[in-house]
Amino acid sequence: MPSVKSRPITIVQEIPISKTLKFWEGLKEGKIFATRCCKCGKLYFPPSADCPSCICSEVTWVELSSEAEVEAFTHIVVRPTTFIEQKPYTVAIGRLKEGVKVLAWLTGFKLSQVKVGMKVKLVAKITEETNPTYEFVPP
Amino acid sequence: MKKVAVIGVGCSKFGVRTDANISELGFEAVKPSLEDAGVDAEDVEFAAVGSVGSGAWYEELLPAVVVGEYCGLSGAGLVRCEAACASGSAAFFTAYSAVASGHAEIAMALGVEKMREIDSSTAMEWIGRAGYYFWEFHNFGMTFPAYYALYANAHMAKYGTTEEDMALVAVKNHKYASMNPVAHLRNKISVDDVLSSMVIASPLKLYDCSPITDGAASVIVASEEKVKELKVDTPVWIAGIGYSSGTANLSKRKDFVSLDASVLASQRAYRAAGISPNQLDFAEVHDCFTIAEIMAYEDLGFCGRGEGVKLLRDGQTEIGGKIPVNMDGGLKAKGHPIGATGCAMIYELTHQLRQDAVEKSRQIPMKNYVGLAHNVGGTGHYCYVTILRR
Repeated sequence: MPSVKSRPITIVQEIPISKTLKFWEGLKEGKIFATRCCKCGKLYFPPSADCPSCICSEVTWVELSSEAEVEAFTHIVVRPTTFIEQKPYTVAIGRLKEGVKVLAWLTGFKLSQVKVGMKVKLVAKITEETNPTYEFVPP
Repeated sequence: MKKVAVIGVGCSKFGVRTDANISELGFEAVKPSLEDAGVDAEDVEFAAVGSVGSGAWYEELLPAVVVGEYCGLSGAGLVRCEAACASGSAAFFTAYSAVASGHAEIAMALGVEKMREIDSSTAMEWIGRAGYYFWEFHNFGMTFPAYYALYANAHMAKYGTTEEDMALVAVKNHKYASMNPVAHLRNKISVDDVLSSMVIASPLKLYDCSPITDGAASVIVASEEKVKELKVDTPVWIAGIGYSSGTANLSKRKDFVSLDASVLASQRAYRAAGISPNQLDFAEVHDCFTIAEIMAYEDLGFCGRGEGVKLLRDGQTEIGGKIPVNMDGGLKAKGHPIGATGCAMIYELTHQLRQDAVEKSRQIPMKNYVGLAHNVGGTGHYCYVTILRR
């Protein structure tokens, strides 16, 4: 069909991480931090500088254990544009011993081995693009 | 609050609409809705426009203004509503509220979306970002099929749901879409077609997914006084609307077998309408993926937890069954132009309740003349449930 191409633009947003810097710095040291509200004691992952439960901004940092159990997973074959160079990847939501859940890539398993309820380990990681991140691996 | 009725509906042809821009597509829905209502564009005092992809998958940043001007609505009160895939229902709620509150006598909800001006991997990118970009997309590349695939695997693990069961949703909805002239995908398919289609995000395959669709739907609502003044033949009354929301992070959900937002929104809607699920003659549910329709049966109280598959296998959600669901082909086969879907559900409910569905073969027999529309935004990030009664 006849059409006119729009003017192309490239958008890159600079996302502030000042208030959760300890988390990002921790990943570089192989540690995964969550936050705990000083008032109500609720634990947060992803870490949060403010507590939505009691609307309080006093939080402490808590290092998480690595023990997790898979609650849900999928293997993503059709990828979005900015992941198109990646091989298909598996994402899981794991519940940590502390009760919080984490969504991250799951590596080191054959897809046929991945089951809801299986034990996995959460580890910090630096990607090839040098981004600090975290992933689930075999325990 | 005033009583409010749907007095006019219109819907564009859904599909890959590279022949029309956002305004022209909106016009295709607005024109028949005004004609159906027997009013002029200048009679519309307030218009709420549901649209999501402005500046992303189509070029206009202010679609309400642009489409409003093109459809003769300039001067009316105007707003764009965003509730992800439930934006059309959010617009409908806004238009309803304008009339129920007494602010306006006649209002419009217009859902319009153009999703096919960009390539499909960029569409996957934009929609994948529409959860919690920072925590679930940036490092992990989640896509929309992947969000629902997490639920599918969890539902399979907990209740023994199978890929064949999910395929039955696609087969049913394609069957009814084949009888719906506005539907995007009008081909009948088999369970084998679904199972042999390419994997998108396991266990969801191409035919488990709603297509990326362009489309528009428009709904005109009016007060009871205006309904009398206009001598509307078959007003369809808004009996109750319920709404809710869920966490942006999927990792903060209590489980992955149900959408809390659907449960809460439907309970509120049933209470507002003063009915229970067994009084419904039919429903339109949010089947963006096949697993979503099965979860909807359970979340909306059409059956017990884990019994959705049985309802489906027994044919209870077909015409002649306990509660026919998605007799327009659903999002799965009619198509899912994100911002338009909620209004397209009201379009379908209205025609079914008036008993003038096209084609006749998909007209549902009515007992109580009550129908429900269930519209989820994101993966249970938003939910609106609307109950209409003739």
